[in-house]
Amino acid sequence: MGDNSLVLGHRVSEWCGVAPVLEEDIALANTALDLIGQTQLWLGLAAECEDKGRDADALAFHRDVWDFRNLLLVEQPNRDFGHTMMRQFLFDAWHSLVLAALKSSENSDIAAIAEKSLKEVTYHLERSSDTVIALGDGTEESHKRMQAGLDRLWPYVGEMFLTDEHDLIDVTALRPAFDELTNDVLDTATLSIPTDNFTHKGGKTGARHTEHLGHMIATMQFLPRAYPDAKW
Amino acid sequence: MYAQMVKSTGTGVKALDEMEPQERAFQERINAGDKIEPKDWMPAGYRKNLIRQIGQHAHSEIVGQLPEGNWITRAPTLERKAILLAKVQDEAGHGLYLYCAAETLGVTRDELTEMLLDGRMKYSSIFNYPTLTWADMGAVGWLVDGAAIMNQVPLQRTSYGPYARAMVRICKEESFHQRQGFDIMMTMAKGTDAQKHMAQDALNRFWGPSLMMFGPSDENSVHSAQSMAWKIKMNSNDELRQKFVDQTVSQAEYLGLTVPDENLKWNEKKGGYDFSQPDWDEFFDVLRGNGPETTERMEARNKAWDDGAWVRDGMMAHAAKKKAMKVAAE
Repeated sequence: MGDNSLVLGHRVSEWCGVAPVLEEDIALANTALDLIGQTQLWLGLAAECEDKGRDADALAFHRDVWDFRNLLLVEQPNRDFGHTMMRQFLFDAWHSLVLAALKSSENSDIAAIAEKSLKEVTYHLERSSDTVIALGDGTEESHKRMQAGLDRLWPYVGEMFLTDEHDLIDVTALRPAFDELTNDVLDTATLSIPTDNFTHKGGKTGARHTEHLGHMIATMQFLPRAYPDAKW
Repeated sequence: MYAQMVKSTGTGVKALDEMEPQERAFQERINAGDKIEPKDWMPAGYRKNLIRQIGQHAHSEIVGQLPEGNWITRAPTLERKAILLAKVQDEAGHGLYLYCAAETLGVTRDELTEMLLDGRMKYSSIFNYPTLTWADMGAVGWLVDGAAIMNQVPLQRTSYGPYARAMVRICKEESFHQRQGFDIMMTMAKGTDAQKHMAQDALNRFWGPSLMMFGPSDENSVHSAQSMAWKIKMNSNDELRQKFVDQTVSQAEYLGLTVPDENLKWNEKKGGYDFSQPDWDEFFDVLRGNGPETTERMEARNKAWDDGAWVRDGMMAHAAKKKAMKVAAE
């Protein structure tokens, strides 16, 4: 959960100052801020559970690609605003369902973080759904770009529902709710869901990330890596 | 100061008894400390000047996102990343309030944006300088926001209501920005040798450009005199620059950093520091479009605007369709 919010928060923050319109600059920064805030909570808890003297920053800035457990979807580059918002929508839909399930976790720390995050993510989903609908339905060009975003990102959707032994919840069971939610929005947006359900995998297990992640963490980790003795 | 060299359209300050009754009544309201509101009568020059000044200030907030945005993806801790993101988001918000304030004067945000993008309108010279190390995030907050506050605090009392009210909100956030900048500088100045080096280097590079933010001496400027009579400029450039130097030197001392000015000296008689003027040739070069990052800043803003055209068009088309459907349903 922490790696997903860290990697997506970083990606979204890359839009800073260059969004299509001022209101989007503000909204994207807000989304990135929420995700970085959630990262601090999740990675903080992970470090605490690990109990080896590391903290959230050590996990964010001193691990290499193979230790990252984020979904391949969130490390995809921003490309254009259409891809960015489609990635956000697909992730938000999944994220809101996962957080709603984690809210009932027996572990009170996990339940508390999920509850706090869900409030933010409910808003993220509302906004990304509205944007996907508006741009899917907007002009011929905006429709074309949103469809291209959906087609390009669809092969990363399936990974979100692959369960492994580390999962606290059965993510596979969330797929029908995800399909219902996304079908509804994408249909209103006049977009067609690709029929090929092939999925890339390897982000969540860390077995095989895409090449994009290495470049992202090279940028992100530069200072703590270059000056390991420094406190910031 | 985010609005520099805003030239007043007036030919000089008229005395009250030289004015037509309407203008005289307007000036008397300003002299009495009244706020002018959007629907009130105002001289054409006052309106034009305010549009330039508020527009330039708004553009500075927008372009000002870029030098700091340059380090968001390289912020060294999660907390620093969150704080910097929040700060840059505030700046976008300031841009929004200011464009709204300018719109009350009869110009649209899109018109102002186009004037920025084609070079008819300017933004503060300071944002044409590069941010090269993490310490620059400290220096920008401490010095650049510090200088902006010097100018903006008095503007909370400016005569135009919407501008004054926008400034009240902006000043609250700017003082938080300055504190976070100083906090970064403090951490760097007390850190490793490399960090100290970065902090001193940032101060060296940003000191002169920060002094330039107040604009050249305006003692004899007719333009400034008119703006001051209209209370859209509250203090002279030199006055504000002196205040900034006096405040900042002791902060630099506290940080253990050296202000890069051999002539800097406390002057007991005037109760302030004597200091060297910044390089005004460089300042005028920057204003002419030859700042070290000017081309990059304008390219970035133009690219964002051009790349975003399909998004804005798509949003508008969808909104129009929704409206048409609503009308049809009624």
